[in-house]
Amino acid sequence: MRLANVLHLGIKELRSLGRDRTMVILIVYAFTLAIYAAASAEPESLNRAPIAIVDEDRSALSQRIVDAFYPPYFVPPKLIDQNAMDARMDAGLDTFALDIPPDFQSDVLAGRQPAIQLNVDATRMSQAFTGSSYINEIVTEEVAEFVNHHRNGTDIPVELVSRIRFNPELEKAWFGSVMELINNVTLLAIVLTGAALIREREHGTIEHLLVMPVTPAEIMTSKIWAMGLVVLVATTFTLFVIVRGLLQVPLSGSIPLFLGGAALDIVATTALGILLGTVARSMPQFGLLFVLVLLPLQMLSGASTPYESMPQLVQLVMLAAPNTHFVMLAQAVLFRDAGIGVVWPQLVAMTVIGAVLFALALSRFRKSIGTMA
Amino acid sequence: MSAPTPGRGVRGRDDGALSGGSVVVRLADVSLRYGRTLAVDAVSLDVPAGLMVGLIGPDGVGKSSLLSLIAGARAIQQGEVIALGADMGRRSSRERVMPRIAYMPQGLGKNLYPTLSVRENLEFFGRLFGHGRAERDRRIADLTRATGLAPFVDRPAGKLSGGMKQKLGLCCALIHDPDLLILDEPTTGVDPLSRRQFWDLIARLRIERPEMSVIVATAYMDEAATFDWLVAMHAGRVLATGTPTALLERTRAPTLERAFIALLPDAVQAAHREVIIPPRNDGDGLAIEAEGLTKRFGAFTAVDHVSLAIERGEIFGFLGSNGCGKTTTMKMLTGLLPPSEGWARLFGQEIDPHNLATRRRVGYMSQAFSLYTELTVRQNLELHARLYAVPEREIGGRVAEMLDRFDLGDTSDALPEALPLGHRQRLSLAVAMIHKPEMLILDEPTSGVDPIARDGFWQLLADLSRTDRVTIFISTHFMNEAERCDRISLMHAGRVLVSDAPDAIVEARGAASLEDAFIAYLEEAVAEGAVEEAAAEAPGALEDAAHEPVAASAGWRRIFDPRRMLSYSRREALELRRDPVRLTLALLGSLILLFVMGYGISLDVEDLTVAVLDRDDTTLSRDYAQNVTGSRYFVETPALTSYAELDRRMREGELSVAIELPPGFARDLSRGRPVEVGAWIDGAMPTRAETVLSYVGGMHATWLTRKAAEIGQSGALAAPASVETRFRYNPDVKSLVAMVPAVIAILLMMIPAMLAALSVVREKELGSIVNFYVTPTTRFEFLLGKQIPYVAISMLSFVILVIAAVTVFEVPLKGSIPALFAGALVYCFAATGIGLVISTFTRSQIAAIFGSAILTTLPAISFSGLIDPVSSLQGFGRVVGEIYPTTYFLTISRGTFSKALGFADLGASFLALTIAVPVLLVITAALLKKQER
Repeated sequence: MRLANVLHLGIKELRSLGRDRTMVILIVYAFTLAIYAAASAEPESLNRAPIAIVDEDRSALSQRIVDAFYPPYFVPPKLIDQNAMDARMDAGLDTFALDIPPDFQSDVLAGRQPAIQLNVDATRMSQAFTGSSYINEIVTEEVAEFVNHHRNGTDIPVELVSRIRFNPELEKAWFGSVMELINNVTLLAIVLTGAALIREREHGTIEHLLVMPVTPAEIMTSKIWAMGLVVLVATTFTLFVIVRGLLQVPLSGSIPLFLGGAALDIVATTALGILLGTVARSMPQFGLLFVLVLLPLQMLSGASTPYESMPQLVQLVMLAAPNTHFVMLAQAVLFRDAGIGVVWPQLVAMTVIGAVLFALALSRFRKSIGTMA
Repeated sequence: MSAPTPGRGVRGRDDGALSGGSVVVRLADVSLRYGRTLAVDAVSLDVPAGLMVGLIGPDGVGKSSLLSLIAGARAIQQGEVIALGADMGRRSSRERVMPRIAYMPQGLGKNLYPTLSVRENLEFFGRLFGHGRAERDRRIADLTRATGLAPFVDRPAGKLSGGMKQKLGLCCALIHDPDLLILDEPTTGVDPLSRRQFWDLIARLRIERPEMSVIVATAYMDEAATFDWLVAMHAGRVLATGTPTALLERTRAPTLERAFIALLPDAVQAAHREVIIPPRNDGDGLAIEAEGLTKRFGAFTAVDHVSLAIERGEIFGFLGSNGCGKTTTMKMLTGLLPPSEGWARLFGQEIDPHNLATRRRVGYMSQAFSLYTELTVRQNLELHARLYAVPEREIGGRVAEMLDRFDLGDTSDALPEALPLGHRQRLSLAVAMIHKPEMLILDEPTSGVDPIARDGFWQLLADLSRTDRVTIFISTHFMNEAERCDRISLMHAGRVLVSDAPDAIVEARGAASLEDAFIAYLEEAVAEGAVEEAAAEAPGALEDAAHEPVAASAGWRRIFDPRRMLSYSRREALELRRDPVRLTLALLGSLILLFVMGYGISLDVEDLTVAVLDRDDTTLSRDYAQNVTGSRYFVETPALTSYAELDRRMREGELSVAIELPPGFARDLSRGRPVEVGAWIDGAMPTRAETVLSYVGGMHATWLTRKAAEIGQSGALAAPASVETRFRYNPDVKSLVAMVPAVIAILLMMIPAMLAALSVVREKELGSIVNFYVTPTTRFEFLLGKQIPYVAISMLSFVILVIAAVTVFEVPLKGSIPALFAGALVYCFAATGIGLVISTFTRSQIAAIFGSAILTTLPAISFSGLIDPVSSLQGFGRVVGEIYPTTYFLTISRGTFSKALGFADLGASFLALTIAVPVLLVITAALLKKQER
């Protein structure tokens, strides 16, 4: 392998990319506005949960409960009657509907321990769980205070004090921005190399390269470094300007370590892109293959739902994906301030996966040359 | 063909501005610019009707631009173009006249669809012009018989030879009996036999329909000599017009080629030199040797036992029809393709694809223009110099030398695409020569290059061969070029027919010219292999029966004709069917994704790691710890001994939560003193932390109640009221029930969008978009026509997904099935609509793929209520979520699957979804140009 060839071919790749203005605009969008929107759109754990209340009691206590729901956790509750409740839930307008029965206040004061009915739209899994426990807590607290006001109650002797580390306010933008960044890194790295390879094939320029004193390994390496560099620069920019600057996420850990991990991940995903580019015979085929690979990579890497909660088999399969390890590394380094001593297994895993993907892509690339011409 | 009817031709039409009566095209002061380049410079011209008119001139003088303006394929920038009496600058009159014009763009089979068969291509065009089935069949039978294509109607267009492709292109152009036929270099890159057949065909057609006017651009002067009337062009201007005889008389030149040169401005004429090739010195050893070289692709033998011996410094010509194996042979000689049998040696060394040293001794110029269009002329040269390891300090000089020698100095900073073909070919040669190779392999280097440029090019080759002793191996279709070679080989169907010096071949055959000798050899070979294609059946005459008049699109049909729309649908569907991989990916792919994501995305937060820091270590504290660690949500890890350990293990991501029991926990509790239990939670992933928090809170409360009951204080702790929670629609709170309908919604967005996203931009990149420009197809017909097959395949995929959801995942489908399907249908239109929007505003397929992924994943996954309901989102994401179709289909999907809803309950979502479809269509139509700009 001649490094000079790799260098010059890579510069050619960069120039080619620069000429496709739509592509450049899309890349800029993906690494600025898209990240910002994704991070800032995500609500805090429970944010503006839509709730409706059927108040059949119309007492001081029921009013007290109604008043206890306010933004940012809940939207101001809609007061509705019982008939509207089902229809509104069916239409997906409310996630929660609280039904305060008649004579609730008098029953409470009489110690008859009445029950309030809480209806939850369980198709909205994320809100359903945390929301119902919040509501439970709020109602219990309001009732308890109301009762204490009327008669002197006893203290609960043991208190649970939660100390949330690394992100005390549980701000979702912190996590969301970095994960969206990783998703876009995966997306861009695969498209840039894979589609560029097919484009060269469709336009016949790859054939031209192959008659020159240039080896397939040089062609591949040049694509990987050039496109990888684009993605890495975009990542660095986003991390500093969007994540830290605009979204004000305090990145506590070592940024060079994170970028080092990013570089390894990018090498592996760009190699994956080339592999897909050698499998697909045309651009439309590549487009579909790309969706088929991208969606699981994005959804199951641990960036959207916790990795450890996935089925064992999925966890095992996803270990073969470079970005799964990158997601782990990013969380550890950026939020938990972990050092290389902690994340070395991820670094090793990404190196191994990258090497395997590179070797596979290279062997397929070499083989497909015969059929390309 | 229909008999000429009065008023059908140009004469007597009252909608145009023509008065003369015998003019088919009138150009007044027409100019066209591409950026800073002036391609057509104030041309005014009257083209007489009913004639065969030739446009001659070097490349890049504006012939193609002029033709595309006349055909209506390109928007007029300046001046007036009147064709068949209609003003081509006005949309209404252009649309009216379009069905009477046929246009065949430059490039072999550029307006054809390679995966479609000959018949399917013809049917597509027939339908666009509104022919009924019987009419179509008759016309196709006529045309294919007349062109000799009849035996090959079922062969895919991509597998036809160059000559046959052009014949098919002609058939497609002629299917609607045009009054004006525009052909842009129809015979460029076609072998002499096919070329002769092509012009014979045109001549016969003109006898059948004398009222038809034909305008042809050509680079072959011998062809032009047979035309009725010529327009000689140079540098965007018209040099002269008239009959060929008149031009010859005016210039007193013996041939048209000379006459043209004489018409050129003096400065250009001065640059022209007769090509002089000095005799060659013999005996310098062999440069290329090949023995029994054979290449098979499956059952097809492309090259059949070819043997060659070419001497150093020789100019060796390689002739043959397209697809005869020339290019394959050349690829084997360069090591690009390994031979199936036989061997080849370059400079005495066996060709080894891995030996890079031999490659440095060879320069290769391929048939397709394969330079980097994104790099400038200079950058292309520099890149190749570096790749061929020219020492860095020599590069500058070498590039300058090449720019000078190949006369590219003025254009060194231009992009190749902006250059005329002749310049590009020179650049290709310069690139192939930059490392001073000892041998050049040139695959049809002069196709489409005008005579002066060709002569200049040949002079360069002659100098290289005789002065620099470079061996030149060249393939060509031009007989006058073949005559200049030291030796030539005629190739046909993978075999070499004859190999000798040009004179010797003519002599041996007793023919008048090399062309005749060549055609004689070819005809002989064709006769031998009677099964083989070329003209297996003698081309018959066109049937004289009068065709039905072309069903004129009138009234609303001119704006929207379902037949034209369906013609596009049918074609798109056929292409999809010919690509089983894509079909399988679309159908099976979504099913696989449903499985992976349905099972994989789990919102049930489980198997969280927990450890206890028990600083009390009493029975009571152990009891509390046990209460937490024994839960099914948690997995216990070894107990903690210190804060330092807690910190370290949490930092390493090993712990999701740590429970800290303070010293004196049991003692304080028994004395009724307040006690604080600590829960340390890893907040790096906020959703998970949130869930952990609620789990721990719940367990804490349970423990308290239990303890209170044990010590008989239940009264004190009993809540004065309780909350009864009912999880509706999904009583077991199962992830699968919530996720599967949502995953279906996401898949039904991403895959249809991706399918549609490539459909328009691919036609733009590969050139067939011109059919849309020059046929009466309207934007909505084109877009809807493309959309329908993708919607159909997406619906099929949807059915599979629903069946899998109900049977395999056992997600109950409680609500109205018709509502679900109706919703899916509208949604598929919206999803493909988004794909089409992306496809019209992007210029490259890469950008379309990237754009489609970026513009569908984020909104569909994050902003449409998959995880967080749209009503809880904020900012930009909220806005997108409110208008994005996935939001509404997600409501319909979950509503019908889990909530037992029907049309009546989902009215609002249906309304929002339905509005999206026309809105997207109108946006796409606004972005889509009906003419090239």
